[in-house]
Amino acid sequence: MEERKHPIQRLMDNTWLLLFLGVVLTFISYTAWGVIELMSLPNATLP
Amino acid sequence: MSTIAIAGTPQASEPPANVAGNHPAGAVRKCDTTGLPVCKTAERYVKLNAVMAVVFLLVGGVSALLLGLTRWPSVHLLPVDWFYRILTAHGLNMLIFWIIFMEVAILYFVGTTLLNSRLASKALAFTSFAMMLTGALLVNAMVFTGRADVMMTSYVPLRAHPGFYLGVILFAVGTLIGVINFFATVYIAKRDHTYEGSVPLVAFGAIAAAIIAVVTLLHGAIVMIPAFLWSLDLIGQPDAAWYRLVWWGLGHQSQQINVAAMVSVWYFLAHITTGAKPLNQAVCRGAFVLYILFINIASAHHLLVDPGVGATWKIWNTSYAMYLAVLASMIHGFTVPASVELAMRKKGFDKGLFGWLFAAPWRNPGFSAFFLSLVIFGFLGGITGVTLGTQQINIIAHNTLRIPGHFHTTVVGGTSLAFMGLCYYVVPLVFRREYAWRGLVRVQPYVFAAGITLMALAMSFAGSYGVPRRHWDIEFSGAPFSPGFDAAAHFMMGLVGVGAVVAFIGLLVFILLTVHAVFLGRSNEGRAMTAW
Repeated sequence: MEERKHPIQRLMDNTWLLLFLGVVLTFISYTAWGVIELMSLPNATLP
Repeated sequence: MSTIAIAGTPQASEPPANVAGNHPAGAVRKCDTTGLPVCKTAERYVKLNAVMAVVFLLVGGVSALLLGLTRWPSVHLLPVDWFYRILTAHGLNMLIFWIIFMEVAILYFVGTTLLNSRLASKALAFTSFAMMLTGALLVNAMVFTGRADVMMTSYVPLRAHPGFYLGVILFAVGTLIGVINFFATVYIAKRDHTYEGSVPLVAFGAIAAAIIAVVTLLHGAIVMIPAFLWSLDLIGQPDAAWYRLVWWGLGHQSQQINVAAMVSVWYFLAHITTGAKPLNQAVCRGAFVLYILFINIASAHHLLVDPGVGATWKIWNTSYAMYLAVLASMIHGFTVPASVELAMRKKGFDKGLFGWLFAAPWRNPGFSAFFLSLVIFGFLGGITGVTLGTQQINIIAHNTLRIPGHFHTTVVGGTSLAFMGLCYYVVPLVFRREYAWRGLVRVQPYVFAAGITLMALAMSFAGSYGVPRRHWDIEFSGAPFSPGFDAAAHFMMGLVGVGAVVAFIGLLVFILLTVHAVFLGRSNEGRAMTAW
């Protein structure tokens, strides 16, 4: 009987999926969210 | 039943591996020591990148000595303008050029030798190397001629000559091309079935490093291209807060490439020096996956005192998610020495709890460099890093010498020392030249480790007394006030200088011995390398 790979093993053997996840997670969690926070800042009012 | 595969284990659904690899005729040789295949094209670029890595290490090392002697209060060597100039050169040459040239060499070695594949493209390898070298030389030319006194971070509104930004862009794009060449090699190796089962663990770690490099270099392009255009007066000044956010996506993440590459080197050196094998492939690979997914967001540490980003963003990126990457480092920190312990016990060194450790090959510089790197990175770097990444502590420690104290244990005591240990095998196996003065080689890792540990600890303690980082004169000579640092802080700054001198001696010994071996060393072609 042909053995099925464990899903985590399939993930670890899929370089391209790891590349995609590595890029996307960082850009969402750090970059995009951070830029949105900066863009949401109200302009400072002069005294 | 689903299974977790072990490297080198053929899967039922896969055809058998092509043991001859996919090398064109005459383009491969068999290593006289390990029996592994060596792609001759890749070998040439491994050599070129490794040589340039050591050249830039020398530039960064001399800069380090000058900085150490300036921050040593009783010496205070450099004038103020040259202090910041040399600081800029030190950061870029050590953190970027030395390490990334070495990492590209590692990628080519891993992609071709461990995966038994030809290098995907000679043209890409040449383009990558030429762009990286041109970029690095251009950056150094700008810095040493005083046209880029902006330090490594080059925060706007500080503005350098356009050649500086162009050099960084050339280097980053060149590196990206090298990484693409590596991924293409991984692709053709899998396509041509040059290995069985999953890729070897060391190759998996290199893939993790390459993925992190892609994220890093994309951030570099996003931030450096606008800065370059601004330096040419083609666009307005980029927003300072935006610049800092995206720049750290380049600056900190480039150090995460180091972490993944360094851990791969640990596994490699543990195996080649003691015969150690990973205790559990799935756990070790899972730890690398945690790096890929979560380590990059640690860049947020640098913005913990920035007012522009909110607490939720800071806490998520520096705590909850990032701790998964810390978990990965802890896994590697335990599994690597445990694999050495198991290997040593199997050889019969099983007396008591630590008999295996005392019997370890401490005279082998590959082993001592790797093990000292592991201890310095894991204990000193890990503990200082996690505490500094906590918002409440960071607000106290930010911009003090505690920060350089941390990263000198990770990237210098950790990565650089591991890469030095790697060189003690790269030169005999790839350059096929033997090291001379082997007694001196055996001592070198200990001297360098002692110096860098003393310097980094002294930096950390001085920082705890409030001594700022990146500061030419903590006494504020001529100012109408006195900062009033504790006498212990001055003592610590003296130790920083002593540690820097000792570390530099260790570094210089490494460079001289390696350059001598590469150009004048006894050839070992046709026979196995002389065992350490």
